[in-house]
Parts: sequence; C-alpha cells; structure tokens
Amino acid sequence: MTMKIEDKLFLDRFRVDEESHLRIINGQICMTECKGQPCLYFCPANVYRLEKDYISVNHEGCLECGSCRIACPHLNIEWRFPRGGYGISHKFG
Amino acid sequence: MKEAFDVAIVGAGPAGTSAACILAGAGVKTILFERGEYPGAKNMSGGVLYGQELARVLPDFAERKLPIERNIIESRLWYLSKEGGYNLGYRDAIFATERKHNVFTVGRARFDRWYAEQARQKGVLVVPGTVVVDLLRDGSGRVTGVVTGRAEGEVTAQVTLLADGVNSPLAALTGFRREVKPEHVALAVKEVIDLPAEVVDQRFGVSGGNGVTTEVLGDIVGGMNGVGVLYTNSASISLCIGANLADFATFKLKPYELIEEFKQHPMVAPLIAGGKSLEYVAHWLPEGGYDTIPRLYGDGYLIAGDSAMLFNAPHREGSNLAMASGRMAAETVIEALERGDCSRKSLADYGERMAQSFVLQDMKKYRGFGPFLHHHKEIFNELPRAATFAGREMITVNGVSKREKQKLIFRNARKETSLLKYLKLLWSGWRAVK
Ligand SMILES: Cc1cc2nc3c(=O)[nH]c(=O)nc-3n(C[C@H](O)[C@H](O)[C@H](O)COP(=O)(O)OP(=O)(O)OC[C@H]3O[C@@H](n4cnc5c(N)ncnc54)[C@H](O)[C@@H]3O)c2cc1C
Ligand code: SF4
Ligand code: SF4
Repeated sequence: MTMKIEDKLFLDRFRVDEESHLRIINGQICMTECKGQPCLYFCPANVYRLEKDYISVNHEGCLECGSCRIACPHLNIEWRFPRGGYGISHKFG
Repeated sequence: MKEAFDVAIVGAGPAGTSAACILAGAGVKTILFERGEYPGAKNMSGGVLYGQELARVLPDFAERKLPIERNIIESRLWYLSKEGGYNLGYRDAIFATERKHNVFTVGRARFDRWYAEQARQKGVLVVPGTVVVDLLRDGSGRVTGVVTGRAEGEVTAQVTLLADGVNSPLAALTGFRREVKPEHVALAVKEVIDLPAEVVDQRFGVSGGNGVTTEVLGDIVGGMNGVGVLYTNSASISLCIGANLADFATFKLKPYELIEEFKQHPMVAPLIAGGKSLEYVAHWLPEGGYDTIPRLYGDGYLIAGDSAMLFNAPHREGSNLAMASGRMAAETVIEALERGDCSRKSLADYGERMAQSFVLQDMKKYRGFGPFLHHHKEIFNELPRAATFAGREMITVNGVSKREKQKLIFRNARKETSLLKYLKLLWSGWRAVK
C-alpha cells in the first residue's frame, strides 16, 4: 500500500500564512518556454501542479527546502521564507 | 528594537547554538535569531550526533537531560539492488560502555530546542519566530548587524555570525556566499516511522537504549547520485532518501515516490512493518564539497556550518562540522572583541583555526568525492545489478561448479560494464578519497 503525497503532508504541522511566500514570476514562460517543467517533479511537496493552462502554486504544503528557487531552469520563482513562526513546524525533525 | 549587541547570530541550529553557548560562557552579549516557531522547528537530519564535539561546547551534556533517542553501537552499510543486497556491519560493545555516547541519534526538533535552551541559560537572548531578511552595513561595506522581518527589527552588533544553514536566501541576497547551484546540493526527504521500543529492540537485536545506523547505497535512487539512511530512535525509525538536486531535475523522479519505493524494498520493509508514519519532511544537504566553501569571514562577519557548505559526504558528518566551526568562530570572536577589532584582518584567525582542524582537513581530503559520484552513475545501477547477480549465484546451490559460477559472474559483470570502466572506477574512487 503506497502512501500518497497528500497523506504524507497531512501528518505535518503547518501554520499557514494567507499570503504565499512563493510566486511564479511569469506564468507565460512555464507554458511556452519551459521544457519538461521540472518543478512538477522535484518538489517534495507537490506544490506545483499542472492545471489546464497554467501551473498552480499550492504554498500551504511547502516544506521550505528551497529546491524550486534554484532548480527552476528559468529562475522563474520568487522565493522567500514564510514569515517568522509560519510554515512548517517539525515535530520530530 | 534598535538594540546593540556584541554578537548577532543568524540561525539556532548546531552551528549557531554552539557559538552562542561559547560566547555567553565568556560573558559576550549575544542574540540568537531563529526563523522557526522554536529552534528545531525547521530542521531535520538523519539524526546522528557526535558526543565528542558536543562535549567541547557543553562538557556536562549528559547531565543536562539531553534528549537522546538511542546510543549507537553498530553501523551498517548496505549495497542494494532492486531485489536484494549486501550488508556489512560492525558492532562493538565498547560503544555501550567506555565509548558510550560517542555516536547517538536525536530528533532535531527536540535536540535543537534543548540545545538553544542551554544557550539561553548561559545568558543568550534567543529570539525564535524571527526571520533575518538582510544585513546592516556601514558605508565601507562592513557588516554592522541584521535586519529582521519584524517592525523596527534592526539589531546592531559588532560581529554577525551567519549560521543559517544550507538553504540561505540571505546569502543570495547579500552575496556573502554565492547562491548554490542544483548540482551542489542533495535534496532529501525523511519519514519517521512509529514503532514500539520493544519492536525496534527485537528487529535490530539491541536493548538498553542502544541502537543501529544503516547507510544505504545502490539501486534505490532510480540511478541518480543519491543515498538512503535508516536509523533507530527510541520508539521509531528514521528513513531518509535523497539525491543530487540536478539529478532530480533531469531524471524527473518524485521524492515522495522514491521514499515509498524505499519503504517497500525487501531489506527495508520487514524492519518497518506495522509502523505508522509520523512525519514527512524535506531538506537540503551541502554536497559541493571543499571547492564550494565561501570566504569564511569578512569585515564584521563570519560564516559557520552548512551555511559555509561544510559537509563530509562519505562519512555523513555535518552536525559535528557545524558545531566545530561554530565553536571556532566563537573563540575567534572572543579574542577579536578583546582586541576591540572585528575587522576582516582580526577575524582571519578563524580561517587559520579551521584550516588546522579536522573540519577543513577532511573537506579537503574528500574534495574529489562529489565529482566522483557525479561522473560514475554506474555505482547506482549497473554495479549493484552485477553485485546482486554475483551474490545470488554464489549462494544458490544448484549443481553448477563454483569455478563455472565464477566465470558466469565475471561474464555478467562484463556485460553490465566494460572492464576498463571498472578499472577507471577503482582508480578515480581511490583518488577521490586517498
Ligand atoms: C537528510 C539529512 C540527513 C542528515 N544526516 C546527518 C547525520 O546523520 N549526522 C550529521 O552529523 N549530519 C547530518 N546531516 C547534516 C546536518 O543536519 C547539518 O550539517 C547540520 O544541521 C548543520 O547545522 P547548521 O547549524 O549549520 O545548520 P541548520 O541545522 O540548518 O540550522 C540553521 C538554522 O538557521 C535557521 N535560519 C535559516 N535562515 C534564517 C534566517 N534568515 N533567519 C533566522 N533563522 C534562520 C534555520 O531555521 C535553522 O534553525 C543531515 C542532513 C540531512 C538533510
Ligand atoms: S520549472 Fe520554473 S519555468 Fe518551468 S514550469 Fe516550473 S516554475 Fe515554470
Ligand atoms: S521550497 Fe521545496 S517544498 Fe517548497 S515549493 Fe519549493 S521545492 Fe517545493
């Protein structure tokens, strides 16, 4: 029985900030220029999802690893830490 | 909050908190910023810590109710193919007696919180829930303190210690370290699997709070340059799997699917059977090695720990390098403050101390290790396949003579990769670690 990513994130403790700490700078680039759209794969929290004609950013589940900031081939993601005390809080770590 | 401190530290991980303890111990007015709700809230590792380095900061750590999970008496190394693998282990009773707590496991959420509490008791002002978003500088570029995300959140300090870990947007912004490249970090995910302590004892053949660590190599990361670990905690097991971030981007593998496959591997599944997942987290490890270490100090600042890309990949040591560098940074700062000079020249002693310690010496020794793994992907697919074939043939009793079996194994290994490639692998492997 494999565990889906949604179930994994459900185990974690988040204090979600309404304002996203992640933003795709130019959505056009994602749909026209980006070959392979790697953020759909490497993000360990499945934050980036392919919708009909754009990529949605589901920042609530972000594990704050930093990967999308540097591994997006177009450096198309504006990235900051969530406000102090927000985001994930590890229980075990 | 425009308040003046001797030292401002960014990040309450092993590096920052070690420095804070030493500074406060010498009566230096120190403030320690942490972006998490509490120290440890954003941190994770396999969980192995080293007592010797911790004792250099807190000699009496054992009496301070350190939240240890298990004392490690055995280290295993697995080399796996999809269906099986080799197991090499070393257990020694000395690690339960004379050398107890030389190596032990912790949960970082609890450990880092405990550690920062020790610093607080020594007089450090610990400020959690606060992100440092920029550095203050004077006209000459000298760092004079930090800017936090809070209203009027500037704090001035004679010296600032950057101990903010490997994922550092602050570094990218201020340029004290160049933004890391995907090939210079590994992305790892971790699950903690809940199991009763007695079950962990039974499955690993241990008792009395002792435990086992297992490092896992081979065909478990879809051919990427990566590793897994399986460590015992008091009443749970830590499972991590990770690979080079550049590989993740090109191989198009999903970290959460990789860890699911790892959990189902025939060597892993029986050890975690019946256990429930308690948590799922992700973090980077610095993998670029010696050549990605930034300048460690400058006018008014120093860099320690993961933030300085200090990580010994072949030995999976990071927290001790963080503690040691934090300690040496603090020792340097204490002398610089006494001299009343926190310029780059005055802090240069930190570079000297580091160069003479195991921290930079080990980093230098393994300088070629990262590139070695990067260029020899056969370690992660062809080789474990050939090794499994060999293991299977030697163990299967089926009337074929042993000499014939050796021939078969050799032929199969040649089919997987050429002899020349094996030799090259041996040669460059030796050069990478010698
Ligand atoms: C999967 C995995 C397994 C590992 N296993 C081991 C192991 O078994 N043994 C071992 O020795 N090492 C291991 N490591 C490495 C080890 O975890 C690190 O080397 C160690 O944590 C580095 O300590 P640090 O203090 O430098 O950084 P960190 O522990 O990352 O601490 C940095 C701190 O700074 C805070 N911070 C960051 N930016 C800001 C900011 N702008 N403002 C305020 N606060 C900020 C963070 O929240 C964090 O608390 C592992 C790492 C990973 C990812
Ligand atoms: S990797 Fe970057 S450019 Fe490509 S789809 Fe994702 S966000 Fe857009
Ligand atoms: S920081 Fe990590 S977890 Fe968060 S969105 Fe980026 S890749 Fe995903």
